[in-house]
Amino acid sequence: MANAKDNVGPRAIPSAGPDFEHLLAQEVVIEGAETAPTGAQAIAPDHSPRAPVPTHDAAALPAPALVASDDVQREVEQILYRQAELLDGKHWQAFIDLFAADGVYWMPVTREQTEWEGSPSIFAEDKPMMEIRKGRVSHPNAWSQAPMWETNHLVSHVAIESTANGAIEVRSRFHMMELRRDAIRHFGGSYRHTLVRDAAGALKIKLQRVDLFNGQAPFDYVLQIWV
Amino acid sequence: MDLSALVEPDRVHRTVYTDQQIFDIEMEKIWERIWIYCGHVSQVPNPGDYYAVTIGRQPMLMVRQNDGSVQVLYNRCPHRGVEVVGNLKGNTGSALVCSYHAWSFHLDGSVRAIPLAKGYEGTRMTRDNPDCGMKRAARVDSYRGFVFASLAADGPTLLEFLGEAKVAFDDMCDRSPVGEVEVVPICHRVMQHSNWKFFMENQLDALHPSVTHQSTGIAAGRVEKRIKAEQGSAPLYYHYLSAFASSFEQWDSVQTINFPRGHGILKAYMGLRPRDPDTVAHEELLKRAYGEAKTEEYLSRSIHHVLVYPYLSVQSPLQQLRCLRPVAPDKTLSEIWHFRLKGVPEAIYRRSLWYYNLVNSPATMINADDLENWTKGQWGLQSKGGDWVSFHRYYGDDREENGVTYSNHGTSEAVMRNQFKAWSKYMAA
Repeated sequence: MANAKDNVGPRAIPSAGPDFEHLLAQEVVIEGAETAPTGAQAIAPDHSPRAPVPTHDAAALPAPALVASDDVQREVEQILYRQAELLDGKHWQAFIDLFAADGVYWMPVTREQTEWEGSPSIFAEDKPMMEIRKGRVSHPNAWSQAPMWETNHLVSHVAIESTANGAIEVRSRFHMMELRRDAIRHFGGSYRHTLVRDAAGALKIKLQRVDLFNGQAPFDYVLQIWV
Repeated sequence: MDLSALVEPDRVHRTVYTDQQIFDIEMEKIWERIWIYCGHVSQVPNPGDYYAVTIGRQPMLMVRQNDGSVQVLYNRCPHRGVEVVGNLKGNTGSALVCSYHAWSFHLDGSVRAIPLAKGYEGTRMTRDNPDCGMKRAARVDSYRGFVFASLAADGPTLLEFLGEAKVAFDDMCDRSPVGEVEVVPICHRVMQHSNWKFFMENQLDALHPSVTHQSTGIAAGRVEKRIKAEQGSAPLYYHYLSAFASSFEQWDSVQTINFPRGHGILKAYMGLRPRDPDTVAHEELLKRAYGEAKTEEYLSRSIHHVLVYPYLSVQSPLQQLRCLRPVAPDKTLSEIWHFRLKGVPEAIYRRSLWYYNLVNSPATMINADDLENWTKGQWGLQSKGGDWVSFHRYYGDDREENGVTYSNHGTSEAVMRNQFKAWSKYMAA
């Protein structure tokens, strides 16, 4: 009631009486304090239940995408789509072949990690290690590969950030669904590819960084192969 | 419930893995009484730093105090029972504050302020009542920086509980010239869809690796051999994986040592003392700190990992630790930590990091197949196709001296027999 203040003073607390009827006839409006400290801030000014809020300075903003020539944009998109297609089709060697000889597939645990070596990762694999993973999932007695599973990747938001020094930096986003037994799991996040050209001029992956949006969640079951 | 009928010296009834009532008794009689690992002191370096941890079914908080000590509190507001802290970790400033009615507490849990405290005058909830504070774990202690809490006021001390298994922390810390480790502040968490016992049995089961992990062991061995042929030697981390494909006979020669209270040691099999420059430099630092003889003693302990029964597996030579937090009879959270040796070359950390990433990450090429076994194990034990789980291998071959059980065979199921002996004792208490 907007005019409640006209009837009673804003701070007047009606006193209890023999019945409740007179209480219902009165209304109290309390007003949020503008300056006086209240709530938990009044009790413990230095307490915050929150983790430190990341600073949103200009440097942390994603770089705007380059408007690269149509040719480069399409060429880059096609290698990303190709990679997704090879994973969903379980063409492991062809997937590995997309990487440069010194190429690395890396999935850190947190966004703050900057180097693929030297801190705990979910994946941190050079080509020999990728070959071991391929060998493992292809082995007839790889128990966790029975039953086999299926995945479906979507890749989008392909934004080329730079093409300087013979390397293309590109970020994109992905969504992968995985079916195993009767359960579907979802993995989403972002890719960051550093692409270089081999002697024949073909694009190869020098570094693929994969940030799962849920990288720090407890995993219901492990990931078997690259995402 | 007659639990004694479920455990025989050579076999156990399947329901000890599947039954909700038995799980509840385990939480009450084991987890909520014994010393449970909360975390490492370096997880909470500054006053007000906290880390949430589950002890049995109890949400708890490990909190660094103003005097530098570490306290463990029940994460519960004494007013209306709300969990005071919602985050996994952070810094709470000088006070813990409840989000519901702003009851606030000092870092040790004692009450600091209650809004409109006069409203409590004449009730039993006045601030001089200790029940107005957040309750503390009955006992908190630490060993070499590893913090444990017990929710029971009585019982063995931490050192009595750990017994010989305390070597897990000695073996880890003695590899640092200053005798200390610090936590790597990233924790891999894997949810196992199986009873906690599967993991504990598996850790000292030396027969399963060549079966379960054959696919990875063979694939890694092939790449390792090729790199050796091309370059003369291969980095140690290939061996971490290829070793899993050793023969049954080789695994049988890897001994286990089984202690009272269910603790145990799987002896070393990886040969983690190569003679490369990094290892030599590391050993030099240790010799300077401890002298030749002590260094040799520290580095020649034959340990692959140490179990602190029923929930901890410490891989001391590679500074990693796995801690189980049982959630339900068929659900177990595994928290996997890595530690840095203080004062040691970066290369030594990085070498052990490969093991952490390859074996212990959620994309592991090793535990993937273990998890499959345990999930199928949990399902299989629902079956009425048989009631008993067999632990007969080398039964009768066990040699017990001063309560410690050895077997002449590394693949002996003496491990499981010993663990269930401890389990029965806890459950009968």
